[in-house]
Amino acid sequence: MEAYISLFIKAVFIENLALAFFLGMCTFLAVSKKISTAIGLGIAVMVVQTITVPVNNIIYHTLLKEDALSWMGITGVDLSFLALLSCIGMIAALVQMLEMILDKFFPALYHALGVFLPLITVNCAILGGSLFMIERDYDFTQSVVYGIGSGFGWALAITVMAGVREKLKYSDIPKGLEGLGITFISAGLMSLGFMAFSGIQL
Amino acid sequence: MSAVMNDETKKTLIDPLVNNNPITLQVLGICSALAVTSQMSTSLIMAVALTAVTACSSAAISSIRNHIPSSIRIIVQMTIIASLVIVVDQILKAFAYEISKQLSVFVGLIITNCIVMGRAEAYAMKNPPMASFIDGIGNGLGYSLILIIVAFFRELLGSGKLLGIDVFTLTKDGGWYDPNGLMLLPPSAFFIIGIIIWVFRQWKPEQNEAADFKIMAIAHGEGGHH
Repeated sequence: MEAYISLFIKAVFIENLALAFFLGMCTFLAVSKKISTAIGLGIAVMVVQTITVPVNNIIYHTLLKEDALSWMGITGVDLSFLALLSCIGMIAALVQMLEMILDKFFPALYHALGVFLPLITVNCAILGGSLFMIERDYDFTQSVVYGIGSGFGWALAITVMAGVREKLKYSDIPKGLEGLGITFISAGLMSLGFMAFSGIQL
Repeated sequence: MSAVMNDETKKTLIDPLVNNNPITLQVLGICSALAVTSQMSTSLIMAVALTAVTACSSAAISSIRNHIPSSIRIIVQMTIIASLVIVVDQILKAFAYEISKQLSVFVGLIITNCIVMGRAEAYAMKNPPMASFIDGIGNGLGYSLILIIVAFFRELLGSGKLLGIDVFTLTKDGGWYDPNGLMLLPPSAFFIIGIIIWVFRQWKPEQNEAADFKIMAIAHGEGGHH
């Protein structure tokens, strides 16, 4: 149990996808102008991440990994080079399905999150999460914990960023630095803050 | 070649370098790029890989653009891009194994790099293959330019080296330069890009963003509510 808690804390703070690995930066910078939209996107990312990482884990371990097909009586086949294609295909399909399910059964939620779902397919944080899961060879339970943790970390980062940017509107910034420039620099400062967690041994 | 290299082509190729840079102006493709810039060698490989993928995928998508139904175009584009990235990944694993280990997941993340998708969607779907190919190369170079500038400063100031060759002798080897460890950590990439954007916008003031709103000075006569 302790191992899972430490994996969660690590995924949220120490290896924050947005601030330590720069994943999902495009949406991170584009959609962090208002706190309410940032929270919406953050929740959507968390939900999708929690589903896709474990699903990709199952696919990788039953179909793609070296000798994974031995349960079908086929040995010596290594399809792991297909992982990229299968991960992104799985993510695109799952996002599409999630959109349809939400539309059909939870219209209110669909109206809140619907606009963000297409953005998520091309969000590097989602694909990055799955690829890190493969690279670090997580088992199923670990992948569930990692999915929740990394999604939560990303949501936390974008919400905090939106909070900072709402206040930034009132500050007097040099002309060329307005907008994107100062956003980068404040993201850098936030990232420095998150670096402070990196000394923690769990 | 002179027939191919007319003004229009030149503009498609040169424009994304500064005037319409994918990173500093279009805010595309920042995602995976920054994590690889702590060394020149990894960023050069990353730049070449991304330029190749963008150019080839733009050309491929553009050549079948009239046959893709628009409702499934994202999936089609994704599949083409992902296949090209798998090729690049396998080539790197075969010929530059060390570097491919350092790049870890970031080669795979070229798939979701917004530059590739963005150019496919914005340019390749409307233009013929040759022009799309050039556009892909141009945007790839614009991305490479930023990547190399960032990596230059990070590697030089962070470890006193360029491409692994000593430039500044470090104090621990009896030299004079005390390396700045911050430059090797992720935040420095944010700072350097912020500064690059600032320099670009000082140089080309038309790139400045219009302010969302202006803070109005409260007129003296209106303070009647207190």
